[in-house]
Amino acid sequence: MTKDKCLKITGRVILHIVLLFAVFISIFPFFWMITGATNKSVDITSGTMWFGSNLEANWANLRDTANVLRIAWNTISTTVIYTVLSVLICAMAGYGFEKFPSKGKTIVYGAFLFSMMIPFSAQMIPLFRMASSVNMLNSHIAIILPTIAMPFLVFFFRQNFQSYPTELIEAARVDGANEFVIFFRLVMMPMKSTFAAAAIYAFMKQWNNYLWPLIVIQTNDKKTFTLLLSSLASAYYVDYGQLMLAIVLATLPIIVVFLTMQKQFVEGITGSSK
Amino acid sequence: MIGRKKAGPSYNKYGWAFISIAFALYLMFTIYPAVASLKLSFESFQAGKYSFAGLANYKRMFGDAIFFQSLKNTFLYMIIQVPVMLFMALIIATLLNSTALRMKGFFRTSIFLPCVTSLVAYSILFKMMFSLDGIVNMVLMKLGILDAPYQYLQDSTWARAIVIIAMLWRWTGYNVIFYLAALQNIPKETFEAAKVDGANAVQTFFKITVPQLKPIILLTAIMSTNGTLQLFDETMNITQGGPANSTLTISQYIYNQSFVYAPNFGYASAISYVVVFLMIILAILQFSVAGKKD
Repeated sequence: MTKDKCLKITGRVILHIVLLFAVFISIFPFFWMITGATNKSVDITSGTMWFGSNLEANWANLRDTANVLRIAWNTISTTVIYTVLSVLICAMAGYGFEKFPSKGKTIVYGAFLFSMMIPFSAQMIPLFRMASSVNMLNSHIAIILPTIAMPFLVFFFRQNFQSYPTELIEAARVDGANEFVIFFRLVMMPMKSTFAAAAIYAFMKQWNNYLWPLIVIQTNDKKTFTLLLSSLASAYYVDYGQLMLAIVLATLPIIVVFLTMQKQFVEGITGSSK
Repeated sequence: MIGRKKAGPSYNKYGWAFISIAFALYLMFTIYPAVASLKLSFESFQAGKYSFAGLANYKRMFGDAIFFQSLKNTFLYMIIQVPVMLFMALIIATLLNSTALRMKGFFRTSIFLPCVTSLVAYSILFKMMFSLDGIVNMVLMKLGILDAPYQYLQDSTWARAIVIIAMLWRWTGYNVIFYLAALQNIPKETFEAAKVDGANAVQTFFKITVPQLKPIILLTAIMSTNGTLQLFDETMNITQGGPANSTLTISQYIYNQSFVYAPNFGYASAISYVVVFLMIILAILQFSVAGKKD
């Protein structure tokens, strides 16, 4: 009896120790990055691991190196526009596939799903040539447009619309409501958490988008955070304090979204809801 | 779903209307580029334009040592990183699901946190940590393990290891999310029954957890394989493919062939179709392996 209890407690302690170790590994780079943003480059390389007093100087340096506010605006505006368009268009498609089934649509839906197997590298060259042929290189529209119709989101919405009672839609039809009014007024509201999860997914995807902007964007005034980070890090002389601050600025918004909306965030990742 | 009728012809029209925007964008920006890439892979740049060149691009790959190097590197990442990551994720998810665990929310949030960082941001952090004047060298020197700082990123074995370590950090928590969600769907009674039957933790893990999670393990395995085959942001920002191409991935080589070296879109497209082919083959392989063990 006491031996059993002893074993149980040991097991419990080991469980917590192992997980605390995993937590330490997970969190340490964040801690290092945040304290680093407040330290001088020399202090970071000499191993300071606590908050310093160089935050303002790092901010001034960063603003000297790049137009950070402009880059922040570029990132925020492209991400927000992308998120709104992508969520709306994919939600409508998912709704169309789920609530208006037909043979033709099953085939189209299958094509959507299959295209998840086509890597971006097998699309980027023609996309680049398309953008260049209509003089859209170095524009934010070129960053946004190609990936708005995301097969994963169409799939995600279709799965979730299954739980929306078709009877309610039919009742509204009997009342003479227009199909689009039904969708925007009746269906969207109760599915709020599904939309939130999808929005977080789209937001993260665009905020962190790198390869395509790297190909399309050519001038500093059009850059987004990922491009700024990678050019700061590959400079001949790297100012660690400045770079850490830039990383913090680029990461913080997503962390805030994550911490405030963890449930929807997890749903957005796993594609499950309810 | 009783009484659910097929939408009539007039509703059918509305259905297409709902799908139309996504479908148009999809045709224009997914299907057209994919088909154009395939066509381009049979063409080469001659006399100012791309014209049909048969299998020339595909033949060229067989004599391209850098292509084989990038293929080898990508497979190395896949063979080592994917199984280690999925196994670690399964164990962490099992531990997080344990009824004996206190402060569940704290542990979960912390372990999920790495997967919110952008691929570029965490890659740069890892590059900094393992650089000559980085924190890893400093800690090892303070502990007396190293006498002088080591250039990890100039050593091909270490450079590959660091890419793998970085990916493990970023993606393990991501997979834990999937496993934890699936574990919560297994009825508690299943685990309790195993306990009553005298199964220990290891037996429960391999006899109950793993088999029950098989569909989700398959899903994460396919996602991770596809992700690794398309690996770009990490190696681009940690090592830039070096030293001497020892960390170069296929995606990065395609990028170099298209936008860094003198553009060779035909050859780059041919390589990208090798990736398409590999993704399909590996997905079929994983499905058949998962199907067999039933």
